[in-house]
Amino acid sequence: MKTYMFIYKIAFVILSIMLSLSTRAQTDTTKTLQRLAIDSNRQKLNMDAVYNRPFLSVGKLPVALGGYLEANTQYQVTDGVSDGFSFQARRLTLFMSSTIARKIKFLSEIEFEDGTKEINIEFAAMDIEFHPMLNFRGGIIMNPIGAFNQNHDGPRWDFIDRPFVATAIIPTTLASAGFGIHGKHFANNWVLGYETYLTNGFDDHIISNTDGRTSLAAGKINPLRFEESNSGLPMFTGKFAVRNRKIGEAGISYMTGVYNKWKLDDIKIDNKRHASVLAFDFNTSIFKNRLSLMGELAKVWVVVPDAYTQQYGQQQLGIYLDAIYTVLQRKISDWDNAKLNAGLRIEYADFNQGTFNENGKNIGDHVWAIIPAIAFRPVGSTVLRFNYRFEQQTDLLGNPPANTAAFQFGFSTYF
Amino acid sequence: MIKLHYLYAAAILGVTATMFSCEKLTPQATADNEILDGPMDGLSGMQLNQFFKGDAAFSETFTATTGLGSVFVASSCISCHAGDGKGHPTTTLTRFGQTDSTGNHYLHQGGPQLQNRALPGFTPEVLPAGASFSKFTAPAVTGLGLLATVSEADLLAMTDPNDIDGDGISGTVNWIDLPLTIAANQNAITQNGKYIGRFGKKASTYNLLQQTITAYNQDMGITSTFDAKDVFSGHDLDPEVSNQTIHDVVFYLHTLKAPIQRNQNDAEVIAGKKLFIQIKCASCHKTELKSGYSPIEVLSNKSFYPYTDLLLHDMGHTLDDAYTEGSAHSYEWRTPALWGLGLSPDAQGGNYFLMHDGRANSIEAAILLHGGEGASSKSLYQNLSANEKAALIKFLESL
Repeated sequence: MKTYMFIYKIAFVILSIMLSLSTRAQTDTTKTLQRLAIDSNRQKLNMDAVYNRPFLSVGKLPVALGGYLEANTQYQVTDGVSDGFSFQARRLTLFMSSTIARKIKFLSEIEFEDGTKEINIEFAAMDIEFHPMLNFRGGIIMNPIGAFNQNHDGPRWDFIDRPFVATAIIPTTLASAGFGIHGKHFANNWVLGYETYLTNGFDDHIISNTDGRTSLAAGKINPLRFEESNSGLPMFTGKFAVRNRKIGEAGISYMTGVYNKWKLDDIKIDNKRHASVLAFDFNTSIFKNRLSLMGELAKVWVVVPDAYTQQYGQQQLGIYLDAIYTVLQRKISDWDNAKLNAGLRIEYADFNQGTFNENGKNIGDHVWAIIPAIAFRPVGSTVLRFNYRFEQQTDLLGNPPANTAAFQFGFSTYF
Repeated sequence: MIKLHYLYAAAILGVTATMFSCEKLTPQATADNEILDGPMDGLSGMQLNQFFKGDAAFSETFTATTGLGSVFVASSCISCHAGDGKGHPTTTLTRFGQTDSTGNHYLHQGGPQLQNRALPGFTPEVLPAGASFSKFTAPAVTGLGLLATVSEADLLAMTDPNDIDGDGISGTVNWIDLPLTIAANQNAITQNGKYIGRFGKKASTYNLLQQTITAYNQDMGITSTFDAKDVFSGHDLDPEVSNQTIHDVVFYLHTLKAPIQRNQNDAEVIAGKKLFIQIKCASCHKTELKSGYSPIEVLSNKSFYPYTDLLLHDMGHTLDDAYTEGSAHSYEWRTPALWGLGLSPDAQGGNYFLMHDGRANSIEAAILLHGGEGASSKSLYQNLSANEKAALIKFLESL
């Protein structure tokens, strides 16, 4: 009986909310919804990206909503073989933020990838500010490794694909359960920022996966990683970034932790093996902000048992460099500050740096790509993108590479 | 406003031009004769479907979760046969424990194959003290369906164990025991209850089904209903690969196209082929064989050009590793097919790793390693002029 009463009360509350919303729905919603807009082309520190998004707030409600959608079509050919055209609904991401009290904030980000193939909580954390230099953050946090992981929203980028360094080297979006602190210090034109967290780490899939190569991305698939650390030990992630308002931003970040299950029932069953990443990132704008340059380099070290197969590499390296030039910035149609950008990305990833034990020759397993792009931004929060991608991938043994070309057209927009 | 119209027009023109130039901006397919992989011509839609299923299974990487190991040599078929070609030293395997036809005396110590890799937390096998051994580099897997259908009568017709014709070439088959799970061919020829082996460095494997099951089990530690024994524990385990997958892979191996010769009309290649026959390489590396009946129609009753006789030959003491399989002597090796030889570097990281263990880093080095029945051809090769040698090598590279 109590259960029925409880369900009745819940139903009543939901019905009341729906009625009140439907009443509002008959009014002009643009008068009640307030868009807290940003220009996604302009940045603060990368670490601010998570809050620096356009949100919709309703009246004086302390909750703001937002999100972004990205979709594209693609025609890809590898060595003359093509599976034809594909339409891809890559990401639908929903944000919700709220100010719980003064200096206490909450923000969550839930992402649906490839339809509902993957549903991930990419961020769900509470921030308490004790001082600008000392904020506590806890929950599901984005590990501050590199810049792309912190600043990955589709509408911010003029390229449809994320760079290898942010997918196959650092598995964006890398989010983990954990706690830590962060802060910023402002001095004239300078901003200094830091973040440091302890979180759950990766698992053994790093070196045991169907990709057949060392993959931090495979090590985050474990659904239990939000409730326990596979190794029983925390993973450390820390970043230090500096920005000059006139020059740009540079960051250095490091992440390390034991990834393997090395003891069971408190009995040691294996050696502890670490996975570590060191990343450098930068971004700058020159020629009166018409030319933006940004890039990231990440080096990975993974301890792999000597007796295991060499296809799982002990070191990896990834790097990308983007150059975006604003060709046109003016009123176009009804958009007052539309932009037409031309861009170029060059990227490289070596998934297995080293030499074969048997003959001392270099191990292959690397890929590079060049991607010219044209992007049209009617407003700062929306981008239409056309990319041509040429990619050359070499297998483990260093055999003649597979050449891939792709034509991609798509959009990404905050909503 | 006029400028804006120009902009729109340029955009439309740009998109249109891109659509029309699409073909020129995409990588073209490599010519069929430049790659080893791909299905045989003439397969039906249903057969192609199974071919591609087999292809996918051949490329599957096994993990601890899907049954890899606990001790193993490689984690996928493709890691030993990249691009369906020959193997690389990193996946060269070791067989040990048998010196003559009395069988393998090291089965209780992990024989006949050394699993030299192990999952994290496990210890790989080490070679037992005193065991004789040989290293085997993975062969190319193309054109195997045609080799599988050469009739046993044709194989026996090519043998000359006592060298009755006096050409210095004997050639014999390897008489082997059949595992219980492998069915003999209809009208199989037997001798004292033993069957004719056809595949493997020592021709100790009966057919592609046995080859596939053995590779799953001994190379990857994957059990099946055909071979349920786990190489690590020695216990029978539940199958880690389905019968259907095994049959798909076997079908794939049967229907991979045979390598296609390149530059056949090149004068130097033609001259090289003449020299190949003249110095009697073709006595063992038979230029032409004929397939018999196969339930896969495209394989039946075809003439093809593998440059092998599928027989065992004495290759001399340099290549005698004091290890053998079946009834073969340790100095006997099955003639490897030479088709696809010139494409080997494309699967071996740009290098040649030839002979059974990959010890030869060039075609010439491989020729010079021939002894025993091959010694005469080696001598004849050494007496050729530099131009003749170059022509012969060019011919071999064209295969």
